Amino acid sequence: MNAKRQAIRLGVDRGVREFRHSMGSSDQWYNLFTGLAALTVLWFQRDSSPDASGISLAALTLPGLLGMGIVFGSLVGPAGQLSVNREDGTLLRAKAVPHGMLGYLVGRAVQTSLDSLSGLLIVLVPGLFLVNVLADAGVGGVLGLLAVLALGMASMLPWGAVAGSITKSPGGAMGITMLPMMGIVAISGIFYPITAMPGWLQGVAQVFPVYWAGHGARAALLPDAAAAVELGGSWRIPEMVGVLGVWAVVGFALAPTILRRMARRESGADMEQRRQAALQRVR
Amino acid sequence: MVIEVRDLRMRYGTTDVLHGVDFTAGPGEVVALLGPNGAGKTTTIEILEGFRLPSDGHVRVLGVDPATGDEAWRARLGVVLQSWRDHGRWKVRELLHHLGRYYAPYGTPHQSRPFDTDELIETVGLAEHAHQKISSLSGGQRRRLDVAIGIVGKPDLLFLDEPTAGFDPHARRDFHDLVHRLSDLEGMTILLTTHDLAEAEKLADRILVLAGGRIIADGSPDQLSRTVAGKSEVRWTHDGLRHVHTTDDATAFVRDLFRQHATGISELEVRRSTLEDTYMALVQRHESGQATDEEVAIR
Repeated sequence: MNAKRQAIRLGVDRGVREFRHSMGSSDQWYNLFTGLAALTVLWFQRDSSPDASGISLAALTLPGLLGMGIVFGSLVGPAGQLSVNREDGTLLRAKAVPHGMLGYLVGRAVQTSLDSLSGLLIVLVPGLFLVNVLADAGVGGVLGLLAVLALGMASMLPWGAVAGSITKSPGGAMGITMLPMMGIVAISGIFYPITAMPGWLQGVAQVFPVYWAGHGARAALLPDAAAAVELGGSWRIPEMVGVLGVWAVVGFALAPTILRRMARRESGADMEQRRQAALQRVR
Repeated sequence: MVIEVRDLRMRYGTTDVLHGVDFTAGPGEVVALLGPNGAGKTTTIEILEGFRLPSDGHVRVLGVDPATGDEAWRARLGVVLQSWRDHGRWKVRELLHHLGRYYAPYGTPHQSRPFDTDELIETVGLAEHAHQKISSLSGGQRRRLDVAIGIVGKPDLLFLDEPTAGFDPHARRDFHDLVHRLSDLEGMTILLTTHDLAEAEKLADRILVLAGGRIIADGSPDQLSRTVAGKSEVRWTHDGLRHVHTTDDATAFVRDLFRQHATGISELEVRRSTLEDTYMALVQRHESGQATDEEVAIR
């Protein structure tokens, strides 16, 4: 039996188990909340149309929400989990077991994928009753969407791991992921077309993955006429692959070193310190 | 030797925590590392576990330098962690079984790995709680699970850092039985740290006293209390007067006493120093900064 392969298998097992644990838990209130929020936005946008193409604002928003959701979840999810697991000792336990760190990281990736998938379905399925964006997309469109989502996830997942590794507490990890992410979402044309933003903000938004994941999802699902309201008036697929790809490549190049350094430093004494700090916070 | 430590040094910034620790542990030995708070017990054990890099010194654990130990080496170690609230949503049996499976590739014809999950749960006394969520366990039950996780891979060497902190007396006794069973039946080498002298005396074949970053005593509990501060206290009443005398050789002193006073001696008491007296004397002497030469001589 190959020990590494066994650890990867166990990592998948861990990811599925932890996803199942979270299914019946209070975590789902968060999902319910985001689902309802998305639905409310789509409801108000269902009859308005930004231009003469006849495509409703809601139809533009729904794919963007999917793209944003995957990018957001891939950064914030792992950052939060990793920092919590460093504090509560899950990571130290993984370190004490042969190839346990490998199993742990595979588990995290699997769980993040499943979490993201369930988060998407919560937005997508009710959303379809308001705007059936899948009807015109066809099989090719759905496959395109999946490809964009996979790339969007790859672009941020390693950065989430890095954020969870370099911060001292779960609060810190949330601070350096959640806050910038919310700012980027606000300027990335998810809830309102980016063309309405000032030029320099458009430039900033196009550096980050949120805009491109939304753009890619719209390109996959919407008819070509919808490209008229995009920047440049067309679908920019190579640019999308390029920006998301650079984030992914740099992230995956950087993350292993930082993760290894974090794992090497993990010790019982450090965990005890974090435990004491956490107990102070609770009081 | 299962553990070999020579001139181990650890420095944090400009503070030296360990200045030249030396000791060894042989196969099947149960060794207790004893010492006051801040003496460097946890640092020492974390270096041996490979969780911390020493500043200097020669360290071999199962023949390997922990700094370069690979996963196959890791599989032969058991580490009992002072856990807190990790895996709260997992069930007891679920987690133990999951973690045990990491060791399956490391089984050999001589030594199957891991332990059977249900037997192990039975052994640590968690059978009734096997399907309970870990977050619902009491502190003592959680520690038993920690121990079970530490030994699930049938390690050749087991590290226990303050294993019974927070145990009630009953749980403590169960735990002591378990340690005896592991060292007797499985031939495990065990290194534990503790504050509790009675525990060290009960469990350990050998006690190491760590103070001020050095091993200041090394021997069996019996040897320690005999050789280190082998003074006894003799109390008696003679003609209505109470006397106390401290001596190295109580037998000779009492013989002398009776030779001098054929009658009139009553309420004779001879108290050999306990391990606790020994320990206190050792640590006190060390902290008051008395010559280190003398400590070397003791070892």
